[in-house]
Amino acid sequence: MEFAPLLENLLFDYTFRTVALGSATLGIVSGALGSFAVLRRQSLLGDGISHAALPGIALAYILTGSKDQVVLLLGAGVAGWLGTLLIIGIVRNSRIQNESALGLVLSVFFGFGLVLITFIQKRPDASQAGLDTFLFGQAATLVKNDLITMGALGAAALVLMGLFWKEFKLLSFDPDFGQALGFPMRVIDVLLTTLIVIAIVIGLQSVGVVLMSAMVVAPGAAARQWTDRLGLMVGLAALFGALAGVSGALVSSSVPRLSTGPTVVICVSVIVLVSILLAPNRGLLWSWLREQANRRQLQVDAVLEDLYILAVKHGDIGRGHSIEVLRTMSIGHGGVDRSLKELVKEGLVSETGEGKWALTPEGFEAGRRLESSGDEER
Amino acid sequence: MSITGGNHKDRVPTYPADQPAIRLDDLTVAYRDNPVLWDIDLEVPPGVLMAIVGPNGAGKTTLIKAIMGLIKPVAGQVAIFGRPYEKQRRLVGYVPQRASVDWDFPTVVLDVVTMGRYGELGWVRRPRKKDRDLAFEALEEVGLSDLAHRQISQLSGGQQQRVFLARALVQDALIYLMDEPFQGVDAVTERSIVALLQELRRRGKTVVVVHHDLQTVSEYFDWVTLLNVRRIASGPVDEVFTEKNLRLAYGGRVAYLGHHSHK
Repeated sequence: MEFAPLLENLLFDYTFRTVALGSATLGIVSGALGSFAVLRRQSLLGDGISHAALPGIALAYILTGSKDQVVLLLGAGVAGWLGTLLIIGIVRNSRIQNESALGLVLSVFFGFGLVLITFIQKRPDASQAGLDTFLFGQAATLVKNDLITMGALGAAALVLMGLFWKEFKLLSFDPDFGQALGFPMRVIDVLLTTLIVIAIVIGLQSVGVVLMSAMVVAPGAAARQWTDRLGLMVGLAALFGALAGVSGALVSSSVPRLSTGPTVVICVSVIVLVSILLAPNRGLLWSWLREQANRRQLQVDAVLEDLYILAVKHGDIGRGHSIEVLRTMSIGHGGVDRSLKELVKEGLVSETGEGKWALTPEGFEAGRRLESSGDEER
Repeated sequence: MSITGGNHKDRVPTYPADQPAIRLDDLTVAYRDNPVLWDIDLEVPPGVLMAIVGPNGAGKTTLIKAIMGLIKPVAGQVAIFGRPYEKQRRLVGYVPQRASVDWDFPTVVLDVVTMGRYGELGWVRRPRKKDRDLAFEALEEVGLSDLAHRQISQLSGGQQQRVFLARALVQDALIYLMDEPFQGVDAVTERSIVALLQELRRRGKTVVVVHHDLQTVSEYFDWVTLLNVRRIASGPVDEVFTEKNLRLAYGGRVAYLGHHSHK
């Protein structure tokens, strides 16, 4: 096939390897830390942070004149962090709700960032500043040194997450209880937010400020569908993030002029979609199937109960009743035909004559049990 | 000399017998400009099982949150066995309202109960087998040990409530503050929770319960505080739980006591 040699070529291709590794790193870190944001229902937090980071990048460039990645990301981090603290401060000290404060900070910071970038591009000496790549990201600009920075930052964030696992869990599940135990929950909140800022900063160069929040929310949301354990969820979110990163890099490098960032985000969206539909227990498909099965069971039970009522009324188990009678009794349930067939298969009902049905002794017993359990529930 | 020096003694909670378990002086809590609690003086003697009753919005939840410093009062003092809460928090166990958390959180029963050990563990240290064993024992005490590994979203309301009780038991406290532990539980669970509370009192613990059902106050509790922003009355149930005090707390709206009017 054509795919294998393509993959082989890519694996030995420096640019592809760098892009894939970079995307995987950002996917792992943002997926893992984003899980906590998902659980705390702070899905918009990532959006706020990443948009707020833009003026930081521009200011860092204006102040230092350097396009060194570390400098720019530092600026992004500081601005993202300040933006978040501002949101928290507004919520705490005014009557403005969280979402409104977030929208306010997001648009003001982002707008300011756009103004600064336009200003930089109009300066004669900055024709190649190229800071606008931070809007949608440009993974192809990654070099080995960037990878090292991303890896080091990401590893630090993940180690801190592991260290404060218990505290973050407490914060996400029951902050009041944590506070009562003596943990300063506000400090822990700021710490977690700082780690999320780091995760976002790592991804800005390849995915960009506009789409980065998807990488924070989507892997966690998808992972939640598959598991009921926090540890597994965080691990799975990291895996999904990495998967989206690598497959996004793969797709974008095999199709000309397809940028990596948006492709990565599309990949992660596919993972979310599949998870929402297909995950066991929580997936829509399974709950639909369960619902159907339940409905069938209720229909079958209704027919059995009706036959039981008829048998009791007539004082004769063996007497057959026509399907029309059962249909009339089952109005609103339906599926009488299928239910009868099922009951015959279970040996609870037998056909006594042309279109006439009666309970077997086992069926009578089952009907009695059903009837009395129904009474108890009422 | 230990590394912690003279400070060390200060950090160990103390509970001298001559001090009230909880003492509030002039406690006032306000939300923006509205007073939620006004000038509360209260003494809870050790070893009582006390109900806090009052109409909706009387500040019952706020009162127990203020005792634990979860809500900062604008004025007044809280003392737990004669010292500030910050120094005595190990002595206090907390059962928040069941609805205050997201029961769809991805974790299991035993994990939630183990959180009661987090205060003892302090920063960063992970719970170990010993902590989980203690949590399991607490689950046995509330009769939920066979659900230890159940995902918490699969619990009924009464089971959720007992999980929170077990988590407080794991705190191994002297004082328990409970916010509506009977909220939305069935009659059987209510009886088992009452039995547990009375067992705690028998062991010499002080239990303070925000309570809604005036009908059961005399049956379940031996001490009661009537609250409506101000403290209306506080003391032994048979002295304080009078029609006059209830009128004061609830306004004219209370038409019961003695006659079994509503059920």
